Amino acid sequence: MELICPAGTPAAFREAADAGADAVYCGFRDETNARNFPGLNFSREELGEAIAYARRRDTKTFVALNTFMRAGHEELWYQAAADAVRVGADALILADFGLMAHVAETYPEQRLHVSVQASVSNPDAVNFLVEAFGAKRVVLPRTLTIADIARLARQVRCEIEVFAFGGLCVMAEGRCSLSSYATGKSPNMNGVCSPPSHVRYREDGGDLVSELGAYTINRFPREEAAGYPTLCKGRFDIADARGYAFEDPASLDVMGEIDALREAGVCALKIEGRQRGKAYVGEVVATLRKALDARPEDRPALLARLRLLSEGQRTTCGAYEKRWR
Amino acid sequence: MEFPRPLAAPLALLPIPIVEGAVKLMFSSLMKRHPKLFDRLGEHRAKRYAFRPTDLPLVFLVEPARPAITLMRRQANPPADALVEGSLFRLLTLLEGRSDADALFFARSLTVTGDMEAMLALRNALDGSEIDLPRDLGAAAGPFAPLFSRAAAAIRRRALAGENAAWN
Repeated sequence: MELICPAGTPAAFREAADAGADAVYCGFRDETNARNFPGLNFSREELGEAIAYARRRDTKTFVALNTFMRAGHEELWYQAAADAVRVGADALILADFGLMAHVAETYPEQRLHVSVQASVSNPDAVNFLVEAFGAKRVVLPRTLTIADIARLARQVRCEIEVFAFGGLCVMAEGRCSLSSYATGKSPNMNGVCSPPSHVRYREDGGDLVSELGAYTINRFPREEAAGYPTLCKGRFDIADARGYAFEDPASLDVMGEIDALREAGVCALKIEGRQRGKAYVGEVVATLRKALDARPEDRPALLARLRLLSEGQRTTCGAYEKRWR
Repeated sequence: MEFPRPLAAPLALLPIPIVEGAVKLMFSSLMKRHPKLFDRLGEHRAKRYAFRPTDLPLVFLVEPARPAITLMRRQANPPADALVEGSLFRLLTLLEGRSDADALFFARSLTVTGDMEAMLALRNALDGSEIDLPRDLGAAAGPFAPLFSRAAAAIRRRALAGENAAWN
């Protein structure tokens, strides 16, 4: 199976390529990119240099143009696609069907992957995108069990990539409006989940309080591990109870299920984390590379060290081993 | 790894201009080797960033627009748009991109307050650069360069060993 690794900067890109990534995914420094955070991402020139670096190591480069186009401003996304094709992207990762149509018509030879943001999770939807736009791979949303993935893989006519490690989204990828509700900006349209312009942290009697816009997201006592300031990971008072209404601050880790995923028909494992630093990227990619090549009984020891790098310093298999139907 | 207290205490007594002179020299040396260091900041280049080591009686104020660094006595509210607080060696490993800021934040080893957009931009700018303090600062040490670089590299190894132990 391929290991698909994140990069938010050229330095992180080189870390990922050097640490054993089969492919590195990244995006431009604008709202075509669902990780549109300040100081992050690539200029056209940087992307060209990164692709050249990757090719010397036999590593592929996937470019994520994974937000939804704004009506009347499609040119921003079209230009991004044109530039990514021009500098030699091995694949474009797209969420918007309109952009998929544009790319399929304008660059018929360009490899097209369906982003997780497209939230495509059943055989009819996948096969439609294969037939309509020539999609070669679908990145499945983190809502399916391994058995679901195996059933789907038998019925679709393209490669399957799944998230194996990193941040865990609420289960409505590409359709989540929580950030929009609190701030007016969303990952889907603006490329920012919990935009940092709306995030505040403050100390209150030893507690760390995180706020998003007008909302208090969480209050972490002194000894408790912290999480991201996203509404989906918020701890709220609901009736008489205080708790996580949507999901706990924990990260995804299904590397213990590598063999089951391979048998299910998965061809690529994706690491989330383009917003993370190069130290994280290097550490996680090197460890998961070793885990992929290791015997099953040796994997837990390798993977244990990654837990402390994770949100809330906890990991979960999430929906892959869903037991709450 | 904490900055040794016997070395930190005298810093509270030394006149600021003396320590600041050395810090400005190091900052200038870094800027010479990494002239594009703050390019990624974009609109946040005009912001002021304070670094308050928990184990030193000092605050470092960085102004990328000039670019300049100012040293001041430790205070509760330094005149900055964004403030980051952690042990000196942790802050230095972040400067080099050798530690992951999110992981340190999750572990509560790092505190960030103020303008998060500006701080995130700076974090990403530093992470995208390839600062190597023993190498970069050694270049400014003249005839003592090899000695300085070796000593600084040894301190860094020790600091990072502490970080890795924490991860395990």
